[in-house]
Amino acid sequence: MGAITIPVFVVITLIKVAVVLAIYMTTLAYLQWVERKVIAHVQVRMGPSRVGPHGLLQPLADVIKLITKEGILPPHVNKFFYLLAPFLAVCMALISISIIPFGNEITLFGYTTWLQLTDLNVGLLFILAISSLGVYGIAIAGWSSNNKYSLLGGLRSSAQMISYELPMSLAIASPLLMLGTLSLREISKAQEGYYFGFLPHWIVFQGPFPQVFSFVLFVIAAFAETNRIPFDLPEAENELVAGFHTEYSSMGFAAFFMAEYANMITVSCVTTVLFLGGWTPLFPVSLGSNFVAPLIFAVTGAICLYHGLYPARKLDRYTLPVFAIAFFGLAVLFAIPAVQDALMSVFWFCAKAGFLLFAFIWVRATLPRFRYDQLMSFAWKFMFPAALLNLLVTGLMVALFS
Amino acid sequence: MDLFFFAIFAFIAVVCAINVVVQTHPISSALSLIGVMGSLAVLYLLLGGEFIAMAQVIVYAGAIMVLFIFVIMLLNAGAESRRKGSLFAKIAGIPLLAILLAMLAWFIGRQYPNAELVQFGVLKDAAGNSLGSAQNVGTAIFTTYLLPFEVTSVLILIAIIGAIVLARKELD
Repeated sequence: MGAITIPVFVVITLIKVAVVLAIYMTTLAYLQWVERKVIAHVQVRMGPSRVGPHGLLQPLADVIKLITKEGILPPHVNKFFYLLAPFLAVCMALISISIIPFGNEITLFGYTTWLQLTDLNVGLLFILAISSLGVYGIAIAGWSSNNKYSLLGGLRSSAQMISYELPMSLAIASPLLMLGTLSLREISKAQEGYYFGFLPHWIVFQGPFPQVFSFVLFVIAAFAETNRIPFDLPEAENELVAGFHTEYSSMGFAAFFMAEYANMITVSCVTTVLFLGGWTPLFPVSLGSNFVAPLIFAVTGAICLYHGLYPARKLDRYTLPVFAIAFFGLAVLFAIPAVQDALMSVFWFCAKAGFLLFAFIWVRATLPRFRYDQLMSFAWKFMFPAALLNLLVTGLMVALFS
Repeated sequence: MDLFFFAIFAFIAVVCAINVVVQTHPISSALSLIGVMGSLAVLYLLLGGEFIAMAQVIVYAGAIMVLFIFVIMLLNAGAESRRKGSLFAKIAGIPLLAILLAMLAWFIGRQYPNAELVQFGVLKDAAGNSLGSAQNVGTAIFTTYLLPFEVTSVLILIAIIGAIVLARKELD
């Protein structure tokens, strides 16, 4: 009886899945904390600050509260579909992360692997397919709740998603014309390198036709696809109570929230890969891009230390120095040349995706909601023709210059 | 492995297809139809047609069926009441079904006598190249099958114009 040999590939993949899952779930929980904090500070409030230092344990408290609350099954709902809908929404939202490339190829202990769970040669189409299936969760939730507000929310959401999927697909098509591949890994690789030694080959800067327009169109459509303000009509609380999830409580409600945040993360990652060069740095290593991460962490640590020494609140004297030490530790970690290569690509990816996520929250704190007819005419009378025109011009430029 | 997945998803497809007919509520039927579309996409994947599989999901499951569900929700269609089947269907239904299946089987067996054409994994041409990728499908559409493609486009254009004409009549 020989020992069963498990292929290294399987072990590595399992480890990657576990790491990605852990980080993804934590990000999901803390994105909500970040959102509440950012909006609070935009509105000159404190935001969550009671549970843990600076409210950092708030997500944990929220999760415990949502799990332990009674899940009410209203008597008038269609049971099967009512229970199926949140499950569908979460599944479709979580799948897409499996093909996002977070970073460059790395070699650990003599084994070379990509910082990506898997690479499909139809990757981008896969993401479109999954996101187009995501609407079922919302539509079925709205219909099965047997409540007129829920039904209206579900109807609005399906109409909105169909309308905005069109400009979104067209906006994706023009960078694809220049890249000639659908695999997210190949797309990221095609954006390495610099013009004149400093301007990165990202699709928003890349010749022959920099895709600034399709970037803007894609981001607008992404807001609509994720049902975020200013396009959050499916759950417009001053018109529809809470829209499609009015009848949901406890974990069902939590599932829809999770799906929304997961969609936000996915869309930010896809935008990063497709338009902002994935893991490639903003400026070349020769100009010192490797020093950005340690510098940012060190400055953050210094600020924390300063506020810890001159505390505004009593507890800050103890909590902020701990944060400072953590940030200094990160700064040192990112400055070690041995692990720098592996960490730097992940840092740049997270920085770009994080900025986009911040933009999502920023917009929510800033813009009012569209009216429904404005929403539709914006999609069909502005976004669609603009995306089509952009595609035509891009096609012409690609045909002429490459 | 391929055969295993084929068995699972072929089974799901058939069960969902039967469910489309059996269910009385339009939403249940529509969702079963989505199950059929999804299983078909997996079958395309097993054959190596990854582009077609994704297009199947995006176009059918993602766009067309969403419109179906949208319309059903908009009309708020309830469950339909069962009627007793007609006498003709009771007597001749099962024999006719058996005849149809037999004809289909005979036709497929005659047209494709050897199973080598259908292979799991890769759709291959004579030279042994994979035909499933987006690039190959695109090349085929715009070179070999250009005329059918253009004719189909015109057909769809006519349908769009027809829809607009019909909608305008109601507006006036």
